[in-house]
This record gives sequence, C-alpha cells and structure tokens, in this order.
Amino acid sequence: MSRQKIIEIWVGALVLMSLVSLMVVAFKVSNFQGWKDRPTYSISALYMNVGGLKARAPVKISGVVVGRVVSIAIDPQTFQARVIMDIYKEFDNLSIDTSGSILTSGLLGDQYVALQPGGDEEMLQDGDQLFLTQSALVLEELIGQFLTKSASN
Amino acid sequence: MYQMMEILYFLGKGFNNILASIGRFSMFLLLLLPALPVGLWRLKLLLKQVYFIGVLSLPIILTAGLFVGMVLTLQGYNVLSDYNSEEMVGSMTALTLLRELGPVVTALLFAGRAGSAMTAEIGLMKSTEQLSALEMMAVDPIKFVFAPRFMATVIVVPMLSIIFVAMGILGGYFVAVGWLGVDEGAFWSQMNRHVDWNEDVMSGIIKSVVFGFLIAKIALYQGYDAVPTAEGVSNATTRTVVHASLAVLAMNFVLTALMFN
Repeated sequence: MSRQKIIEIWVGALVLMSLVSLMVVAFKVSNFQGWKDRPTYSISALYMNVGGLKARAPVKISGVVVGRVVSIAIDPQTFQARVIMDIYKEFDNLSIDTSGSILTSGLLGDQYVALQPGGDEEMLQDGDQLFLTQSALVLEELIGQFLTKSASN
Repeated sequence: MYQMMEILYFLGKGFNNILASIGRFSMFLLLLLPALPVGLWRLKLLLKQVYFIGVLSLPIILTAGLFVGMVLTLQGYNVLSDYNSEEMVGSMTALTLLRELGPVVTALLFAGRAGSAMTAEIGLMKSTEQLSALEMMAVDPIKFVFAPRFMATVIVVPMLSIIFVAMGILGGYFVAVGWLGVDEGAFWSQMNRHVDWNEDVMSGIIKSVVFGFLIAKIALYQGYDAVPTAEGVSNATTRTVVHASLAVLAMNFVLTALMFN
C-alpha cells in the first residue's frame, strides 16, 4: 500500500469518527438504549395529566426501576394521555389491579411512574391496561385550590 | 535630561515594534487570504496536513476527553447528590463539555500538539532557506506551504472538538452509570431535555471553528516571522503556544458573552 493511501485511510477514519461523535451528540439517548436489551412486556395506562413525564422515564416499584416509559400519546376517544410502558419480564407477577401513579423524584427531579401492586389473583399480561391511575400533581392547580379555599374561608 | 531621552526612546521603540508586528501580521493575512482556495483545491497537500495535524492529534484528544468528562461527572455528582438530583449530572457534563470545555480544551491541546509543530516546521524551512528555494522554482510558498496547513487546521479543530465532547460524555456515562449508580434512563433523558441542538451543539461547533482560525493564523504567522536561527525558531514555537492559548481563552469569553446572553 502506498503512503498516500495510508494517509487517506487514516483521514477517512478521522472523518468517520467525527461523524459518529456528531451522531452520538445529536441522538444521544436512543443510541445507548439498544445496548442491553432486557426482555420486556408492555402495559398501558390512561392519565388525565402526565405533567412532565417523558418517554424513557423509569417505571418503579417501591423505588426500584422495573421498566421504562416507551411512549406518551393522546387517546383519540377519551382525550386522555395514554402512557405505554415496557416492564422487564422478570417482574411478570404484577396483579391486574396494580395502580400506577406519576410521581416526582425529589423536589425538582424527573417524573416517573410508580406502580403499586394489588392483591388480585390474575396477573397483568402483555398489552393489558392499568385501571387505577393517579395523574401527576400540577403545582399551579394545587396553589389555585389553596387560594380559592382560603378566599372562601 | 539624557535619562529622560532614554526613557522616551525606549517607549517609542517599543511602540514602533508593536505597530510593526501588527503590520507584518496584517500583511501576512493579506497574502494568505487569496491563497486559501488553493489550500482546498490541492487535495493531496490538504490530506497530508489533515493527517499530520488531525489524525496524529487523535490519541491526546481521546484520552483528554475521556478523563475530563470523568472528572467533571465525579465532581458534579458530589455537589448534586447534596440536593438529591444526581440524575442532573449527565446534563451538567454534556452542557459544560459542549458549550465550553470541548472547544476550549481541544483548542489548547491542539495549539500545544500541532500548532507548535507547524511553527517549528515552517521556522526551520525558513532558516534552511527552503521557502526561498520554493520561490526560486516559481512555487509560491504561501499557496503550497501555508494555505493547506491553514485550511487543514480550520477543518480539523471542529472535528477533534466534537470527538472530544463525545468521549467526555462517554467517560461521564461510565462514571455516573457504571460506577456511581445513577439511573441510566434518567441520565440520558435529563441530558436530552437540557441540551439544545442549536443553542448548545451548534454554538460549540462555531466556537471551535473560530478557534481553528485563531490557532492557524498565529502558528503560521509565528513560523513565517521567525528569526531564522535555532534560538529564533525556539522562541517562535514558544510564542505560538502562549499567544494561541491566550487568544483562545480571550476569544472564548467574547464568544460566550455574545452567544449566551
């Protein structure tokens, strides 16, 4: 191989590296999701208000991560937010009356879905929907309620 | 009276020297600017320079980026864990790297690694009269020695800078998720939420293009202007590193004030 060719190959490698870096910077998150794919099953839930919940937010039971939020979209019939979550296969013994609430980690932290398993015999299957849900707290609404209450007193 | 005159002479001479060097610098730029398209057009020369200053700078950029990202994350974690918001550490590392440290540290490392080499090379070419020899053969050294190096620097510095940032974020990921136990999803989603393509990524790239211009101008000028002796070349190399570093740091402040205000 000629020296010129070696130089060109290395320059090509440099260009490729900077392009890859640019890609990583551009779509940071999605790239790394594919690294360790644990088997999952998907469940969904309807919420009046998801607050600041984002796709890829963690789903937790007792504070331990058991899955991820996959997508958040408007349900065309009810106009509520439909949150689809992937739960890791190893947690397949969640009862059908499990409830899901949207909570915030810390005062300023990210929002996540907290699952609270119930006591039913039947277990959640792939594609099932949670019926007991609690929407995110919206601080402005709380303050509004507080103000009207104190005004009426 | 005599001492008075001496002081005046000293002042006047110093001022004259400064003016003369500014003049030479401007003349050099005027010579260089019209030759720049040739630097792009002569692909073989350009590729060789990209190889010498870009590819050979990769190891230092990769290692430095990794360690800077790791140490940033470690320090950020210590402070943020007081407020129970460890997840923010990813966005903190990414923003710091993209906006400031990526372009600046890359430029400083590049000035030390490649800028000084360019100055020394051209200074030696001058002292061994290779530049004059080229001119004797009717080959314009501005077009065939300076322009390719200039264009290569301007192209390479932003590329190295973005590689530096990516390595830094990777290092931060290893430290935060792998070692300190920050939740992986929150790490990336917080980062995604806070980093804006136009405001953060693009402004960092613009910064590093400007730094590339600065380093190239200073390094090439110092080589062009070097006193053609061993001592002169050594002084010119030192001046390249000092002037380029200071210019990058000062320009970074100006650019930050313009962009993030």
